[in-house]
Amino acid sequence: MSNGKLHISTPHLLFLLQQMIRIRRFEERCSVLYQQQKIRGFLHLYDGEEAIAVGVMQALMPADAVVATYREHGHALARGVEMNAVMAEMYGKVTGCSGGRGGSMHLFDVKNRFYGGNAIVAGGLPIAVGLALADKLCGRNQITACFFGEGAVAEGEFHESLNLATLWDLPVLFICENNRYAMGTPLAIEESEPNIYRKAASYGLTAQVVDGMNVVDVEAAAKVACNAIRNTGLPQFIECQTYRFKGHSMFDTQLYRDSDEVAEWRAKGPIVQLREWLMANHLIEQAQVSELEQAVDKEIERAVEAAEAAGWEPETDLMRHVYTPHDTSKPEGR
Amino acid sequence: MATLSFRSAIHDAMVEAMLADPRVFLMGEDVGRYGGCYAVSKGMFDQFGAERVIDTPLAESGFVGAGIGAAIGGMRPIVEVMTVNFSLLALDQIVNNAATLRHMSGGQISVPIVIRMACGAGKQLAAQHSHSFEGWYAHIPGLKVIYPGTVADARYMLQMAIADPDPVIMFEHVMLYNQEETLCESDTIAPMEQAVVRRDGHDLTIITWGANLAKSMDAAEQLADVGIDTLVLDLRCLRPLDVDALLAAVTKTHKVLIVDESWKSGGMAAEISALIGEQGFWSLDAPITRVCSAEVPIPYPAHLEMAALPQVSAIVAAARQLVA
Repeated sequence: MSNGKLHISTPHLLFLLQQMIRIRRFEERCSVLYQQQKIRGFLHLYDGEEAIAVGVMQALMPADAVVATYREHGHALARGVEMNAVMAEMYGKVTGCSGGRGGSMHLFDVKNRFYGGNAIVAGGLPIAVGLALADKLCGRNQITACFFGEGAVAEGEFHESLNLATLWDLPVLFICENNRYAMGTPLAIEESEPNIYRKAASYGLTAQVVDGMNVVDVEAAAKVACNAIRNTGLPQFIECQTYRFKGHSMFDTQLYRDSDEVAEWRAKGPIVQLREWLMANHLIEQAQVSELEQAVDKEIERAVEAAEAAGWEPETDLMRHVYTPHDTSKPEGR
Repeated sequence: MATLSFRSAIHDAMVEAMLADPRVFLMGEDVGRYGGCYAVSKGMFDQFGAERVIDTPLAESGFVGAGIGAAIGGMRPIVEVMTVNFSLLALDQIVNNAATLRHMSGGQISVPIVIRMACGAGKQLAAQHSHSFEGWYAHIPGLKVIYPGTVADARYMLQMAIADPDPVIMFEHVMLYNQEETLCESDTIAPMEQAVVRRDGHDLTIITWGANLAKSMDAAEQLADVGIDTLVLDLRCLRPLDVDALLAAVTKTHKVLIVDESWKSGGMAAEISALIGEQGFWSLDAPITRVCSAEVPIPYPAHLEMAALPQVSAIVAAARQLVA
């Protein structure tokens, strides 16, 4: 795995840093917008877990599919879903990537093969298996990457899906984002075998564990796994050990953990880690980081402005998107 | 002209669809090597091979979800869930994903899957293999729910379901599998979402679907013997409902009897009653009457099972009281 690191160039590392900062700052802005009640519903921030989405996406091709959870802003942005469309979706505006119908938990963008955004824990795993099944049946050499939290491991669908993917030799990359808490319940209380990758390996697929706070490690692991999938057609499993710095959602008062624990993890956070390493090795300077942050802030500002300016879907369109329109030659909606 | 069983009709529809479209495949518990729990897919494994007739583990949520994913990925899966009772294990995938993805994605995603399941009572299979949950599925926007009651409908409605771009749940009553019918090439089949008048009449309308169609037709014959002229409306599709056909029948006969194998409380018959109450109230000459299953899990002993279900005698008695 570490051999992957040696080939990574400074511009690429800067790109990884920029992507993680972009996600972090986007969500920080969302948090403010949520407090201002511009964004409603549940809002689950990815704060602390950015290295996983950014690292894994580097290993995927445009034709590959991505299935994510309700904590998926980072996955969507890292996948290439336009920030304007993501922000507008948070607002529920018609220009959102799901036309405003999904909100924060249901981002979809078929042109980027981004299939959610699934608010049911483990609900996306069988879908990922099915997307991979379609690829296999059609003879397409593509991968479906499926992100889920460690809480999903307790659901039956996790076990059904790993069994099917391995049994049927399906090209799925399972990525468990183990942030140690299923909502507020720590891993030790929810899992008989807290080493998730070991549990996965019992289904007969190759499973590994990686430092989910280290974007380079994640990327290296994902590349190795994706190469293996493309060569063999067999599924792979990566457990990324990470930590969520904020609560489960904006409503979480976090009575289940103390602030020292959070501070300890923050110190080894994915952005801090990469930035400090780059600076210690004189690969970047603070000025560059500031420049990068300013560019990101501008992009976010434009996304907020666009979302503010965008229209609402008229109520007369309420009954759309329930069934496929009969005339399929005309694309519906956007 | 060919005589065909309900079982073969479904088999033939699937074979024809698979021959015509390489995207169509069948997946489910024992559909392949075993030939299907109710022998519906017998021979298909040999004909199409393991890649298109896929045996699944007993993992309803997993393989129904995989069917949904495959549908999104460009395939046309037919997924067989052995009985409606087992489909409850896949409710999450059916209700939270198949029914919602189109809506939540703002129209970007279609889910062209057909989920077939056996249902209904009459084979002494007791309470975990005999139920009628079609009303539950018909409750969900985003799903289409069909319930053929004739061999011809089984044959052609399934094909329409496979061609449909949205998720379709198809119910197959276990008592219908052996039913035979002579089909003509020239038969015209109504579109999947349309109700059909199976018998015209002036004195009352019986509204029904699935296996209760035959019982209702028998009852209508008996009623004719005593001078009661009964219109029998076969709904065929429970979501969307053919409201126009319902109201046309009510307007014609002014009296309505609904025959539904599910329970009366909160069921499909309740929905149809309410709909007629809302939109056809002034056409009614008598209160709407319902013949449904007794409010009990379906029992194992034959006499109790029969007592729990709508029977021809009960339909006749209810109809006679309605027109008296």
